[in-house]
Amino acid sequence: MTIKRSDGRKAHETRKMTAKVGIIPNADGSAMFAFGNTVAIAAVYGPRKLHPQHMQDPSIGVLRCTYDLLSFSVDDRKKPGPSRRSQEISKVTGWALEPVIDLEAFPNTVIDVQIYILQADAGTRTAGINAASMALAHAGIPMKDLVCSVAVGKLDRDLVVDLTKEEEDFSDGEGATDFAIAKLASSNEFSLLQLDGKIRPEEIKEVLKMASEASKHIYEAQKKALKEVVQGD
Amino acid sequence: MEVSNLTKDYLNKLFSSGKRFDGRKLEDYRDVEVSVDVSNKAEGSARVKLGKTEVVVGVKLGIGEPYPDSPDKGNLMCTGELLLLASPRFEAGPPGFQAIELGRLLDRAIRESGMIDLSKLVITPGEKVWTIYLDIYPINDDGNLLDAANIGAIVALKNAKMPSLDKDGKIDYENRKGGLPLSKEIAPLSVSFYKLGETIIVDPTREEEEACETRVTFGISKWNKHYMVNACQKAGQNSFTEEEMNKILDLLPKEFEELNKRLKNHL
Repeated sequence: MTIKRSDGRKAHETRKMTAKVGIIPNADGSAMFAFGNTVAIAAVYGPRKLHPQHMQDPSIGVLRCTYDLLSFSVDDRKKPGPSRRSQEISKVTGWALEPVIDLEAFPNTVIDVQIYILQADAGTRTAGINAASMALAHAGIPMKDLVCSVAVGKLDRDLVVDLTKEEEDFSDGEGATDFAIAKLASSNEFSLLQLDGKIRPEEIKEVLKMASEASKHIYEAQKKALKEVVQGD
Repeated sequence: MEVSNLTKDYLNKLFSSGKRFDGRKLEDYRDVEVSVDVSNKAEGSARVKLGKTEVVVGVKLGIGEPYPDSPDKGNLMCTGELLLLASPRFEAGPPGFQAIELGRLLDRAIRESGMIDLSKLVITPGEKVWTIYLDIYPINDDGNLLDAANIGAIVALKNAKMPSLDKDGKIDYENRKGGLPLSKEIAPLSVSFYKLGETIIVDPTREEEEACETRVTFGISKWNKHYMVNACQKAGQNSFTEEEMNKILDLLPKEFEELNKRLKNHL
C-alpha cells in the first residue's frame, strides 16, 4: 500500500467514528453514527400494526427501511422526496439488516426504520446502516447480532477503507471504486455488497478481509454507545 | 404469487444433491437465443431468450444537456419497465423496486465497464450532447431478467447506428450512419448467483428464483485479458459467508466465459 491519503489516514483506518444512542425521544429506538463528516441519524418505530392490512403477513413481521438525504446535506441541494437512488439504498439497507432480526417473533407487524443523512461526505449508506443497527438494538428488537458497515475503496490500485468524497472523486489511473459492505459483527457473513467501479475478482476477496477488520472497530463504537445509554437509564 | 414452502423445501433438497427440475447443473445457464432489429424505429434493438425468459431491449438517441458534473460527456439512461403482459406477477402502478433495480444495475455495469465512450457523444461542449436511452421490456418473465436484460442491452448497443443531425441541428432519424462510440474489446455481462439454503445456483427459472432467498449480481467485463468487476449488488433477506463469496468469485469468470462463448456471434 503506497497511497498517501489526504487526511493522513492509513489504508485500513476509518475516519473518526462518533456514535450516540437515544437521540429521538419519540422513537422506540434511535441513534446517530458519523464517519468523520458524514452524519446519519436513524429512528425505529415498532413493531407496530402494519397498514394497509392486506400487507400484513401472519407468518412473519415486515422490516421497512427508508433512507434519504436531507436536501441541504450535499453541495447541490437535493430535491426533497424519494429518488431512484434513495429507493434502491432503502431496499438494500433493509436487506443488510434483515439477517440479524427475528422477524418471525412479530407476525402481522411492521418495524419501521427511518434513516436520514444530515451531512454527506461519502459513505452515507454505510453510516446509515451502522446507525440503524444501533437504533434497532435500542428499540429492544430481538437481534442475533449487530450489523457493521463500511465502504472499501480502490484508489488507482490501492485498497483503502472508508473513502471521503474527495477520495471517491479520485480519477487518476484506474480511478476510484467504492464497495459498500455490511458484515454481521460476530460471524463472517456479509449482508450488504454493493459496488460500482473497476475491481478484479481476486481483489474483492481482499476487500472482504479489510471490511471485516474495520467492522471490529465499528462494533466496538456501537457497543460503547449502546452501553452508555443503558447505564444512563 | 409466491412459491409454497413445500416447493421450496423440495427445491432445497434437489439443489443439495446437485440437481434441478429441468436437468441442468447448478452452475448452468439455459439456452440463449439472440436476434436483432426488433423495431426498425429504434437505433438498435435486440431480443433475448434465456430459456422461456424473453426480453426486448431498444436503443434510442436523443439530444439533451450534459449533466453539470460531466459537461464533456454524453448521457446514458437505462430504464426498465415491467410490462403487465410479461407476467401475472407484475403489478400496475408507478415503477416498483424490481424495475428500478433493473435499470440501475444495468446502468452501472455498462457505464463502469467503459464500453461506451461517452466523451465522443458531445455535440457542443457544455451545452448539447447525445443521450443514449436504453430501454428494457420483459416480454415473458421466467426468471433471471437481470442477466437476460444485460445480454440484450449489449447486443442492442453493438447493433445501434447513430442518427445524423440536419443543418438546423435537428435529429435526422432516416439517415443513420456508423455505430455508437463503443470499445471493440469490452462487453460487460451480468452474472447473478442465487442462494437457497446452502446451495448456490445460476440462471434460475421463475420458480427457482422465488424459492431463493438471496442473490448477488455482478457486472463483469474483460479488458486487457483481465477480468473486471464493474458492479455488484447483493439482494434478499439473507447473507453470504466469506467462503461462499470466495467460491462465487472463483466461479464468476467461468460463467462469464461460458456466456461469452454462447454469444460469440453477437458480441
